[in-house]
Amino acid sequence: MSKDPDRMRRLEPAAIAGVMSREIANFRTFWKATAFSSLLEPTIYLLAFGLGLGTTIVTNVEGVDYIEFVGTGIVATAVIFASALPSMFGTFIKYRFQRTYDAILAAPVDVEELVTAEVLWIAMRAGFFGCFPILVCFFFGLSPTWGMLLIPFFGFVTACGFAAFGMAVAGTVSKIDQFNYVTTVVITPLFLVAGTFFPINQLPEGFQIAAQFNPLYQLVELVRGAAFGFETVDILRLLGLIVFSLVLWRIAIHQLTKRLID
Amino acid sequence: MPLDLPLECPIRLSNVFKSFGSIRAVDGLDLDVPAGSCLGLLGPNGAGKSTTMRLLTGQAIADSGDLEVLGFELPKQSKSARARMGLVPQLDNLDVDVSVEENLKVSARLYRVKDIPAAVDRALDLARLTDRRKDAVDELSGGMRRRMLLARGLIHDPDLILLDEPTVGLDPQIRTQIWTLIDDLRSRGKTVLMSTHYIEEAERLADDIAVMAHGKIIARGKPSDLVTEFAGELTAEVYGPPDRLTEVRALADAEGLRSRPAGPAVAIVGADRDRHTFIPPEAVWRAASLEDVFVLLTGEEAE
Ligand SMILES: Nc1ncnc2c1ncn2[C@@H]1O[C@H](COP(=O)(O)OP(=O)(O)O)[C@@H](O)[C@H]1O
Ligand SMILES: [Mg+2]
Repeated sequence: MSKDPDRMRRLEPAAIAGVMSREIANFRTFWKATAFSSLLEPTIYLLAFGLGLGTTIVTNVEGVDYIEFVGTGIVATAVIFASALPSMFGTFIKYRFQRTYDAILAAPVDVEELVTAEVLWIAMRAGFFGCFPILVCFFFGLSPTWGMLLIPFFGFVTACGFAAFGMAVAGTVSKIDQFNYVTTVVITPLFLVAGTFFPINQLPEGFQIAAQFNPLYQLVELVRGAAFGFETVDILRLLGLIVFSLVLWRIAIHQLTKRLID
Repeated sequence: MPLDLPLECPIRLSNVFKSFGSIRAVDGLDLDVPAGSCLGLLGPNGAGKSTTMRLLTGQAIADSGDLEVLGFELPKQSKSARARMGLVPQLDNLDVDVSVEENLKVSARLYRVKDIPAAVDRALDLARLTDRRKDAVDELSGGMRRRMLLARGLIHDPDLILLDEPTVGLDPQIRTQIWTLIDDLRSRGKTVLMSTHYIEEAERLADDIAVMAHGKIIARGKPSDLVTEFAGELTAEVYGPPDRLTEVRALADAEGLRSRPAGPAVAIVGADRDRHTFIPPEAVWRAASLEDVFVLLTGEEAE
């Protein structure tokens, strides 16, 4: 048969929705733990850094209260930890131990749709929980702005990239222990040199240039823009994050196709 | 070809090869499964049965060969084929923390089922799990999970069903339950491809058996025809000390008869009581069986 009138298309919304509905069904069994840690972790960071450092060593950075500086920065931390890590571990567990992806791919769902659905779902979650630090900050005196309504969107776009990154890594490693290398060599440095706890412009120039390529730094800047006023360059930051996410999305599809289709 | 016309053969594989490194998992496989029949793919572990199933669902891509499923060419049109085909995998891959009902609903969405509540009710009824619908899969017994896996594979009422070792590792009692479900599918005229390494399962359920070894089909036919063709009518089982058995096998060899170890005995296949006088009078004579065929053809002990 050469031509088939109802040949199925790529990236079908129904397939993506189906895979996401599976994630939602599972998430309903553990959302409380996720919500709890998403709220508690930034609170701990804020207390430790914001109050600990902020009242003793530094009081303000770039004209902003240190606690507000850190609080806005921690959004990026929350986003990467809510996207890259669950995606890395979740993907590995799902294809290696639970064989979930075998079940999904036996249905009319392609790897491309599978990856897209997983990335979108994790990014939605991370975009949502990434806002919790801001909410906590309100209790420490940060004033709400209209711009802050964009923070879930910024978090979502960045999280798409990191969720795809996690999937790509999971599709590449052969053993779960190898994630340790990735967290130590990639995730921890990205998170430390993102301008979350201290401003980048006080670092040596090499670091400052490197930071420009750190998606987390761009996210931190966007969140601070939302809280304290945007600059024109923020458009470029957002475009950069979109490109980052698109590239990693394709890489994740490529790596998982190699892993899932013999 | 219009899709509504009944296909003669929902599965057509011709000269299919698939290697993993130096392992030839599928090695020149030819396989047609006629519509409405249940074909038993009988082969020992490692014969290439699961790889064949994965080729059919597009989860493995053949190195070469022609593959057609439900009139769709693989791997190009695999997604359309998958939409109308159901798979019951060898290994359980249900979502264990999620309820029975939710698992089925997700599957229904993945298969684009229109009336999801009706499909879920039907599947629950089939798996006889209606009263457990709200329970997490974790809380089900092994047999219930197997029934559910089967029902999940049928959620979209597919035309073609692939069963990969549907009762592997199950208690005899649960195995019988699953067999009843498969019987029911056959009576509804579904086309079924079932792999198994249990001879009894193939004999009991399949209209037609294809014996697979080392990645290809080495014999094909109705169970009774296979027995007549490859094992003749009668088999003699000779019991005795190991030395004696070795001797008997050598004698059988000399007569051009095939023999095989069968537990504590030696089974001499295709023997004739009058002609083969070397067979001792205390030998136990029985009708040749599919097990004789399987062991002779594959060189593997039967399970
Ligand atoms: N993904 C894989 N990578 C490497 N070897 C594989 C893979 N899948 C199957 N094999 C090998 O291919 C052969 C056939 O395996 P399989 O199709 O699972 O057999 P069966 O299902 O009949 O037991 C075996 O030797 C097995 O080890
Ligand atoms: Mg197998």
